[in-house]
Formats: sequence, C-alpha cells, structure tokens
Amino acid sequence: MSLRTVPLSYIARNLWVRRVTTVLTAGGMALVVYVFATVLMMSEGIRATLVATGQSDNVMVLRKGAGAEINSGIARNQAAIIDSLAQIATDGQGRKLVSHEPVVLNTLPKRDSGKPSNVTVRGTSDIGLALRPQVRIVQGRMFRPGTSEIITGRAVAKGFAGAGLGETMRFAGRDWVVVGVFDASRSAFDSEVWGDSEQMIQAFRRSAFSSVVFRLADVDSFEAVKAQLEDDPRLTLEAKREVKFYAEQSEALATFIRLLGLALSIIFSIGAVVGAMITMFASVASRVGEIGTLRALGFRRSAVLSAFLGEALLLALVGGIMGLGAASLMQTVNISTVNFQTFSELAFQFRLTPAIAMQSLAFALTMGLVGGFIPAWRAARLKIVDCLRAA
Amino acid sequence: MFLLRLLLKNAFRHRLRTLLTMVGLVVAISAFGLLRTIVDAWYAGVDATSSTRLITRSSISLTFPLPLNYAERIKAVEGVSGISWANWFGGIYVTERNFFAQFAVDPPSYLALYPEFQLDEAEKQAFFRDRQGCVVGRKLAGKFGWKLGDTIALRGTIYPGTWRFTIRGVYQGKDAKTDEQQMFIHWQRLADGIRARVSAGPSGKADFVGVYVVRIHNPDDAPLVSQRIDALFKNSLAETLTETEKAFQLGFVSMSETILLAVQAVSFIIILIIMAVMANTMTMTARERLAEYATLKALGFPPGFVVKLLFGESLMIALIGGGIGIAVTFPMAQAFVKAAGTLFPIFHVSMLTVALQALAALVVGAVSAAWPAWKMSRIDIVQGLRHVA
Repeated sequence: MSLRTVPLSYIARNLWVRRVTTVLTAGGMALVVYVFATVLMMSEGIRATLVATGQSDNVMVLRKGAGAEINSGIARNQAAIIDSLAQIATDGQGRKLVSHEPVVLNTLPKRDSGKPSNVTVRGTSDIGLALRPQVRIVQGRMFRPGTSEIITGRAVAKGFAGAGLGETMRFAGRDWVVVGVFDASRSAFDSEVWGDSEQMIQAFRRSAFSSVVFRLADVDSFEAVKAQLEDDPRLTLEAKREVKFYAEQSEALATFIRLLGLALSIIFSIGAVVGAMITMFASVASRVGEIGTLRALGFRRSAVLSAFLGEALLLALVGGIMGLGAASLMQTVNISTVNFQTFSELAFQFRLTPAIAMQSLAFALTMGLVGGFIPAWRAARLKIVDCLRAA
Repeated sequence: MFLLRLLLKNAFRHRLRTLLTMVGLVVAISAFGLLRTIVDAWYAGVDATSSTRLITRSSISLTFPLPLNYAERIKAVEGVSGISWANWFGGIYVTERNFFAQFAVDPPSYLALYPEFQLDEAEKQAFFRDRQGCVVGRKLAGKFGWKLGDTIALRGTIYPGTWRFTIRGVYQGKDAKTDEQQMFIHWQRLADGIRARVSAGPSGKADFVGVYVVRIHNPDDAPLVSQRIDALFKNSLAETLTETEKAFQLGFVSMSETILLAVQAVSFIIILIIMAVMANTMTMTARERLAEYATLKALGFPPGFVVKLLFGESLMIALIGGGIGIAVTFPMAQAFVKAAGTLFPIFHVSMLTVALQALAALVVGAVSAAWPAWKMSRIDIVQGLRHVA
C-alpha cells in the first residue's frame, strides 16, 4: 500500500456515508451544469440548423448591403444578366441550375396558441428544389407551376394553422392549397413555405426578386464569379457562398444566447461552489480524528490533500453527470424562436455534441476544484497531535 | 428579544459556514432580481404605449408597406382624432452593434401624436423646416456624444446608400418609461431619395408608408374603430390590420417568447440551487446540535421550541443574505445596462421584483429548515443525550 495516495474506496465511501449532504450538494451542481449545457446546446442547435441550410457549391446573390433576403431586391433585367454567367452548372436536361426567388414574410397564426408569427414564404421552382439536395418531399407532391399550390416545411406544417397536407392557407388575397410537406434535414428551410415563383411575385405585387441562387459548375470558380458580378456597372449586387450567408444569419442570435447563458452559468456556479465549500469544510471537520490517524500511520500531507480534493472532484463529477443527463433529455424538445436578422420564425432543436459534454464536465470539475481546494488545504495542514487530541 | 439574541449567536457560531451561505444567498437573490429586471425590460415597449393610439399595418406582415393615400381615408373614419405615419429606416451607424430605432415620420403630425417626446419649441421648428434634419433622444445623444448641429451618417439596409442627417433637436422623455434612444427623420426625404434612384427595392415605388399611427377619441372605442378602418380596405390591393399600440408591441415581445420563457425558468432554478445549499447548511447545523436539543427537551422546553429555534435561525440567515442581495441588485442592474448598450433602452428594477426577491429569501429560509426542524422535534431525549461527549 503506497503511502503517497489514499485509496479511492475511502474517498468514495465517505460520500456514501453522508448521503443527504452529498445529494444536496451534487444536486446544486447538477442544476448549474444543466443550465450551462442546455444553453450551449441551444446555441449549437441554432448554428447547426442554419449551417445545414447552405451547400458548398451554391452561390447566393443579393442586393449590395442588404444583409437579409427580405431587405434585398433584384430586378428582372439584373436577374437575366446573372443567368448569362458562364460558370453556372447545368442539370441532366441542359437547364441552367439558377433560381430567381422572391422571399416575403407572412404573419400567420400558430396552431396551438393562435398567436401570429412571421413565416418565410419563398417563391421557387423545381430547379430551386434541385439546388437544395437536402430537401426531400416526404408527403404529397411538389406544387405545379402556375397554380396556387404550395408545399410547407415540416416545422411549419406542424406549428402553423392550415399548413398541413391537404389544408388551405389564406394569404395575399388567395387561398393556397398545401399539396406537399417537405423535410429539409433540420435546416432553416423546415420553417418555410414554398410556392411558384411567378405566382408569388404576382400575389404579393412585387416587381423584383429577393435573391438569385445558382450552383457553380466548378466550386473553385467562386472568386471569379464574385468579381464579375460585383464589378459589373449595371448591377448593384453582392455574391456570397450559400454556406457563409446562412452562417452569418445565425451569428447574432447564437452569440447572444451563448453569452447570456455563459454569464448566467458563471453567476450560478458561485452558488454551487459555495455549497461545495460548505460541504467539504464540514467533511473535514467531522473527520479530524481520521486525518490524524492517517498522518500518524505515515500518509503524507499531499496524500491527505489529494484525498479531500478527490472527494470534492468526485462529488462534482456526480453532479456534472446528473446535470448532463438531464440536459441531454432536452434533445427531444422542439423549439422555435424569431431570428433577429431575418425577422422570421426558425425552428430548431437542442444539439448535444461531444465538445459540449466535455465542456460541461470540465465546468463541473472546476467548480469542485474551486470549492474543495481550501478545505483540503486546511486538512493537509493540520498537526497530527491536534487531530488525535480532538478525536 | 432573548430568542432573537439566541438565534443571532447561534447563527454565527460557525462563522465560516454562515458567511459562505450568506454569500450564496446574496448571489442567488441578486441574480434572480437581475433576471426578472431583464424580462421586465423586454416588455418596456409595451408599458410605454398609450391606450388612445392604434397601429395600422399591412395584413400580410409588417414588411409590406401601405400606400400614402390611405391617410386621408383613415382620418375620415368615425372615432379617429389624429393620424400620422412612420417607416422603419433600419440604418446602421458605423457598426451593427450600435443598434437603435430610426423612424421616417411626418414630423408635425407624429410629434403631435406622441406628446411624451418633449422637444424645445425652437428645436421643433428647426426640425420641421430642415428636410435633411433629424431629432434624437437624449440618452442616444449622450451615448454617442452627439450635439445639436452634428451630422450623422447612416448606412441604409432597406433603403440602400449612405444617408446624412443634421441633428436639429434632442428630445426628452416625459417620464422614466419613455424611450430616449430613438431617432426621427423626415418621411418626405426618404420618399424623395427613393424616387431619385432607379430602385429595385421591395416596393419599387416611393409613396409608401410602413405603419399608420391613429389616435382615437375614446380608448373604449379601440376595437370598433379598428374594425372600421380594416373594413375600409378589405379586398383592396393592400389590406390592413389595425390593433392597439399595446397589442402591436406585444407582438414583438412574443417573437422572443422562447427566450423569455427560458430566462424566467432559469431565474427559478437559481432559487432552487440556493435552497439546496441552504438545506445542506441547516441539516449540518441540526446534526451538530443534536445533543443541545436533547438537553433543551430534557430541561422541559417543548418540542415546538426546537422547531422555532431552527426555523428562526434559518430565516434570519436568509433574511440578512436576502437583504444584502436586494441592495446589491441595484448597482448590478446599472453595470448590466452599461454593458448591454442600446439593447435595453429602459432598465428599471421594479418594486414587484424587490418584493419577489424578499419572498424568495423567506421561502428559501423556511423550506431549508423544514426537514431538519421536523426531525429534531421528534428526537428521543435519551438517544440525543447519548451523543454528549
């Protein structure tokens, strides 16, 4: 038996002996880790949803300085100039893979609460569908061009009144029949309604498209295309890779949530650290005799220090695992909020990644370390004689 | 009195533990107060509304404009005593982080509808006369160090290009609830500017308005007048939706509903955390004093006395910690609003928040002592005395 480290079983058993205290302290830490992990998962969920929306070989063209599709306007003649670019890919039938899309926001009532919220309505075509391979029609069929038929994303079909398969939505003075529901693999398109581009332009009395999306035949030709579009004096446009465009849309919201959550977690952790410190001080105080005995047997000061520190860390680990477990249950929850940048509703999920799990456990262990260090230090500094006298 | 002294001395017998518990309480109660204040600040726009104002917007969504010629027709509706209009400008001042509200308005009618924005008469006339001029709120001017006569440049997002405005007036809010971080420019300037460009913007035309602000004679008429206005434009090219200003602002708040709900839930979690910590403290305290309680019972004190002692001590620690926590909330709120910048124009710790903080402290104190007190009141005197020495 080495006299440099106290056996782990001694440490673990001590936690079990004072069960109520252990449960209360670990419970406090679990709550803090739960809040920490949930917030990180929320931020990651928003980012993942929006990043999944972009394709690496697609290019999004907007009016210069617009920032979001709803602020942007591209006239028909400008769209025609974009169509004439040589670098646009063609599909099997020789059609150019470029889509002119008007995007508007429509305030529609939600299914459960009846409260209105902004839904993105996009005018597109079957080329637009081909440009987004992650989108598949899971119920019904694609809308026919030139009709008042629409298809809705999974989240819209579930969350908004009149958006399910076969139901009718009324907006822009017309009734639109939902002929299909599509699944966009947990990307932003799940929160959209798609209809025929020309019908949407007429219905909303627009004279211009909001954005033009096309696929590059060669992924590396993006820089050349961007230069060509932005230098053209007839156009006031900017081109972005689709992935970058959607990443920027999530930035403000995801950053806000992450910062708010981190600030809260740090404040809460003070409470949990205080709890851990109280527990460890009491633990040391009640085992003064044992400490003296251990020292008298020959265990070194460092062994006593590491024993009590180990106890605090084990306590924190238990709390951390409990909190992480509770947070991982949140992954089954579907939530939606309005993205400040696009001003429209975005449905997303909590996403637990290994990185978040590691960060949460590290956070828990740090709390244990901070809370347990001073009591452990005090325990190690006790004189053998005083301990045995007090026992 | 004797009881109080006993409680106080008992509480501080183990100074370190009591102090640590109080630190935890201070942090928890002040965090709870701060979170509640953040939620209140989100609703600040709703609190600043007037019951005699209605907002008319496109029935499709707020991003669709209404024609200017609607103004005359709305004014003629029975029950309407005043009308004005506003467009959300959405410009950026230097960087996106310097966000503040900018509205393109018809100055004479708009300022008449919003008496809470108080402007010097001379500044008001200067603003009316200068189409390139603007009026900013006092807090906004203070934040960026603007003075009368300064020129500010905004980068337009909805209305492209760089727009320059000269500050002709700085307004003050009538009371603490009024937002002093807004900027008003001339609607006519916007319309002229758009007409001058070959624009492919959202509407493509110039004489369009974002929302109409309608003043009514009698607040009780609000639903009736709203219906009348909407009926005027039913089946037209631009149908309208009219609602009270409060409902309009609530619509914005409900956009962030999920986040607000989460913040409110989290503010209760912190109370739970501190309850766990405090329950731990009281359990330890009770366990240590087992022998004393047994002695008290042997001396003839009723079991209720022991319960009173434990509850009293717990409540005392909770109230002292809670009191300091409430006091700390105010400077914390000040620091927070400075860090958040223009995100929260109104940020006040309300009386309700303070009351709830005190209640939370009481509940924490009471619940933490509940189980130990119950256990201790039922101890066997002999078992307890066996623990002496």
